Amino acid sequence: MFPLIAENLVVEFKGKHILGPIDLKVDKGDIAVILGPNGSGKTSLLKALHGILKLKIGTVRWSCSKTKSIGKQMFVFQTPIMLRRSVFENLTYPLLLREIPKAEANHRAAQWLDRIDLRASMQVPATRLSGGEKQKLALARALITEPQMLFLDEPSASLDGKTTYEIESLLQSCVSNGTTIMMSTHDIGQAKRLAKNIYFLNKGKLESIQPAKTFFIRPLSKNASKFIAGDIVE
Amino acid sequence: MNDIWDGIVQAFTLIYTLDSDLIKISLRSLQVTLSALAISCIIALPLAAVLTIQQFKFRRFMIALLNALMGLPPVVVGLLVYIVLSRSGPFGVLDLLYTTTAMIIAQTIIITPLITSIAHQSLRELWSEYHDLLISMNTSHTQRIKTLLWDARRALLTASLAGFGRAIGEVGAIMIVGGNIDNATRVLTTAIALETSKGDFALALALGFVLILITIAVNIGTHWLSQTESEGRW
Repeated sequence: MFPLIAENLVVEFKGKHILGPIDLKVDKGDIAVILGPNGSGKTSLLKALHGILKLKIGTVRWSCSKTKSIGKQMFVFQTPIMLRRSVFENLTYPLLLREIPKAEANHRAAQWLDRIDLRASMQVPATRLSGGEKQKLALARALITEPQMLFLDEPSASLDGKTTYEIESLLQSCVSNGTTIMMSTHDIGQAKRLAKNIYFLNKGKLESIQPAKTFFIRPLSKNASKFIAGDIVE
Repeated sequence: MNDIWDGIVQAFTLIYTLDSDLIKISLRSLQVTLSALAISCIIALPLAAVLTIQQFKFRRFMIALLNALMGLPPVVVGLLVYIVLSRSGPFGVLDLLYTTTAMIIAQTIIITPLITSIAHQSLRELWSEYHDLLISMNTSHTQRIKTLLWDARRALLTASLAGFGRAIGEVGAIMIVGGNIDNATRVLTTAIALETSKGDFALALALGFVLILITIAVNIGTHWLSQTESEGRW
């Protein structure tokens, strides 16, 4: 399936230029973190790579066929979208879509309920969970399918430290199981803790791609330096 | 006031004594209305889902047309069905005029646009909530339709009850195509019209009270069965 290669990727919305042109490559096992100020196009880039946003021009290629790759990637949104079903049914939903037998789906869902500590709420409507619980459930619903590629749009935005830690632990365990991650975040601390490579985005352009180790010490772009320092990025 | 009081007394007497004519007429009313409702739901609910998720050339026109058809005059529907089913009409050979089947056809035509429009409104709201999630999960059109119909089932029940209310209280169209024949096509509404024209207001009122009781009972029964107002439901 890997590498994921985007070439000359441009996204427009109602005639307005949103993103690009962007060229990038993501290898298997990477934790690629997209950093950038508000409105820089982080969400659009993730959605374009996943295929939710239509490209104006350019291509997104996987080493396998599109049909094959599409079934092996999942997306977790910044604001978790909960199905109007119970917590348990939210977990089994993607498995049943993939025609996994119900008994197997129930077994896997039960295991995930324990992992995200929501067993006591398994019959509760998912829309009634707290923000942090919803985000954990959304992440578990994505990971239960054992995706090879996981896109996350600010997975811990406006969550407390404990929940952020739980989510990061889940992400690290899924990487050790072979999942490749591409995520956006505003949280520089989180980027430091998780990232292998940093993609710095500003005004729809990819200004730099650097290993995380060097990005925070010697960023290649001036705007990235300002962003790390907490200054306003022009 | 005397007529109203007499009507109430007679209604209770008819119900208490299980008047055979009243039972027959009431059951026929329910048979015609529930048959029309079932057929309408089979057509309207998937149609509403398709209109919600599918983009095609005359979609907006179809939605506008269905909204306009919600106010379709029943008498005109009755007249059109009469012409089509009469001996000189294209379906005259089926010999359906003045049968309960003709009444079911007329009621189906009247309530299908109503159920479709109300269902479409509910599904559109749900679709705007689910859109990104279902696209990101690479669901097929059929899976999207199934998910929307299932998760909006309580709102769709309300749409169906609106159709039931319109159908059970309908008189103009079924009078024309059914002919209000005793022991054959007479239903509660046409019986009320007949008794009123004969000047037997008490009996007409009694039948009216029975009609109201049936409507309320069906609504309460449906809500109870579906647990619409229960804790933890949508």
